Amino acid sequence: MAQAISPPPEVVREDGPARGDSTDAAGLGRVRAAVFVAPALLLIAVFLVFPALWVLYLGLTNYRLTGVAAAEPQFVGLDNFIAAVTTPAFWNSTWLTVEFVLGSAVIGQAVLGFTIAWLMRDRRGTLKRAVEGLVILAWILPSAIVAFLWVALLDRDSGTLNAMLGIPGFAWLLDHPMLSIIIFNVWRGTAFSMMLYGAALGNVPPSHLESARLAGASSWQQLRDVVFPHIRGHILTNLLLISLWTFNDFGPFLLTAGGPDGRSEVLAVHVYKVALQAGELGHGAAVSTVILLINLVVAVFYLRLLRSKK
Amino acid sequence: MAAIELRGLTKVYPGGVKALDALDLAIPDGEFFALLGPSGCGKTTLLRTIAGLETATGGAVVIGDRDVTGLQPGARDVAMVFQDYALFPHMDVTDNIAYPLRIKKVAKAARHEKAAEVGARLGLDHLMDRRPGQLSGGQQQRVALARVMATQAQAYLFDEPLSNLDARLRLEARTFLKKLQRELGVTTVFVTHDQAEALAMADRMAVMEAGHIRQIGTPSEVFQRPANTFVASFIGSTPMNLLDGVARGDTLEVAGCKIRVPVSAEGRVPDGTAIVYGVRPEYMTYSAEPADGAFGGKVAIVENLGASHLVTLDVGDVIVQAVVPEGSEPAVGDDGYALPRRDRALVYRDGELV
Ligand SMILES: Nc1ncnc2c1ncn2[C@@H]1O[C@H](COP(=O)(O)OP(=O)(O)OP(=O)(O)O)[C@@H](O)[C@H]1O
Ligand SMILES: [Mg+2]
Repeated sequence: MAQAISPPPEVVREDGPARGDSTDAAGLGRVRAAVFVAPALLLIAVFLVFPALWVLYLGLTNYRLTGVAAAEPQFVGLDNFIAAVTTPAFWNSTWLTVEFVLGSAVIGQAVLGFTIAWLMRDRRGTLKRAVEGLVILAWILPSAIVAFLWVALLDRDSGTLNAMLGIPGFAWLLDHPMLSIIIFNVWRGTAFSMMLYGAALGNVPPSHLESARLAGASSWQQLRDVVFPHIRGHILTNLLLISLWTFNDFGPFLLTAGGPDGRSEVLAVHVYKVALQAGELGHGAAVSTVILLINLVVAVFYLRLLRSKK
Repeated sequence: MAAIELRGLTKVYPGGVKALDALDLAIPDGEFFALLGPSGCGKTTLLRTIAGLETATGGAVVIGDRDVTGLQPGARDVAMVFQDYALFPHMDVTDNIAYPLRIKKVAKAARHEKAAEVGARLGLDHLMDRRPGQLSGGQQQRVALARVMATQAQAYLFDEPLSNLDARLRLEARTFLKKLQRELGVTTVFVTHDQAEALAMADRMAVMEAGHIRQIGTPSEVFQRPANTFVASFIGSTPMNLLDGVARGDTLEVAGCKIRVPVSAEGRVPDGTAIVYGVRPEYMTYSAEPADGAFGGKVAIVENLGASHLVTLDVGDVIVQAVVPEGSEPAVGDDGYALPRRDRALVYRDGELV
């Protein structure tokens, strides 16, 4: 017995100094650990960090897609930023983006996704699989196909929707561009919220719901007193993600191209128009930087909420 | 406060598991009733069906003079303590206790006063501002009890509320619960798979097996006179000796030994019938000397039970167990004799008590 116990301390002593240098759990040492993460860091640097810094730089120049300024961009200081925030089109786009985010993400996707998850929580079998399958299908289809489907659905003269409603000639995308892209984005993105809430609801202890039911709580009271407090973190994480995704979503361009008259020109489309259609890369970069700042504010807002009242 | 009556209650789960099979049960007003049985016998299902958390497939649940079979849980006026207590983690103790009152639209001041009163009674006064996560298991259990007590329900349903406590706390909680129920006088159905708990606390108890009730009675009835071999083998801290035998006039031939017919079965087992002879190890007198009507064999195992020892004898090809007081235990391999107490031994025919 005594022999069996004594060796381990020696082993520890032998290993001690070698491991002492490296503070990592795997005992690789700094150099070898760095080699392992280098490829990933390189990719991140080339494709994420560098472009981001490049955009910051471009925002300070009069760089253009074509012409003299393309060959020899000049440093113009904060001119682009001032121009960006003093353009009425920018504020129009910002307001439309807020509408788009609130309407399609916060209200549309989150509420619809939660409702479907809540209704399907106790169901098994065909109905559940059919509903989930359809919702997820809208999420996984490639954008080009989805855009084509929706154009075909909403087309003024030969669209499926008008044929079904019996109102040929009704121009959805011209008369209600924001409504169209909001509904489009709800349809497109609800799957994520539905799946996230579905998983979250699985974690609400059944006994808590039953306890509330025994006390006589209505469905709404059960949601308020048991379900929402339990999945608060999931709700905020979900809202954070879908708000940011929707904020930066370029999908609306495929349906309305920002038109008519900029009435559906959300910020992502605005940047595209300024930078690539008008060719003012410097101006576009400045707008992008402002969008990045707005995203940061939104993210910090949600993260604050998440951390408060834990 | 009301009596509970179940008539032909049946519950079949989707998938075909018959958890309750045409079960009849009447629990009088104010009784502390324990449900005991092996895992999976349907105890929880029975409790949940009374509460309305499961809908009965057949039969009726009557609470007081109301048939509640078709009512929602909230309309049945019963309160339940869950095995995991089901306290709401985001509410403090006061709000947890007052929650059912809040749903019943009792004004805030009144319900907080009630919560404070009940909390004080259960020794929670200094914990009222804490969240459940900041309480020990025993304290959480008392909060769950307080929540149940704060509502003036017709009946209380407890699903193994003590099983999360350590052995010592469990003993304390047992005494405490029993006293509390006495004082409140509310009809209580208590599920447990700890038979010591059932024996200690219940006014009456039922032993269940596979969706059926196998015996209903006071704890001493069930312990002393198990109605069938299932209950006999299930109840008791040391399992009852159940030995196959044949009636031979006024003796029984059991495991190759001649045993006198127990008092309870005198004149009731015709010559030649196959029987099962049952006697608890506690009701055996062990000696090293041969005795008339005793089981004789070799000591195979001696187990220490604390204040006594459990001696296992090899008698022919069956084993017979006897409890021996401290200090007189034999050594393994000795010859030993176990004499059953005639007034405590039982005879079963076709599995039922004679
Ligand atoms: N939701 C369900 N669906 C299908 N079968 C179930 C369900 N709940 C329980 N059962 C089955 O019903 C039977 C009775 O279960 P129940 O939970 O009532 O047992 P129990 O006596 O409470 O057991 P334990 O002592 O382990 O808690 C078991 O065979 C179980 O597998
Ligand atoms: Mg159970």
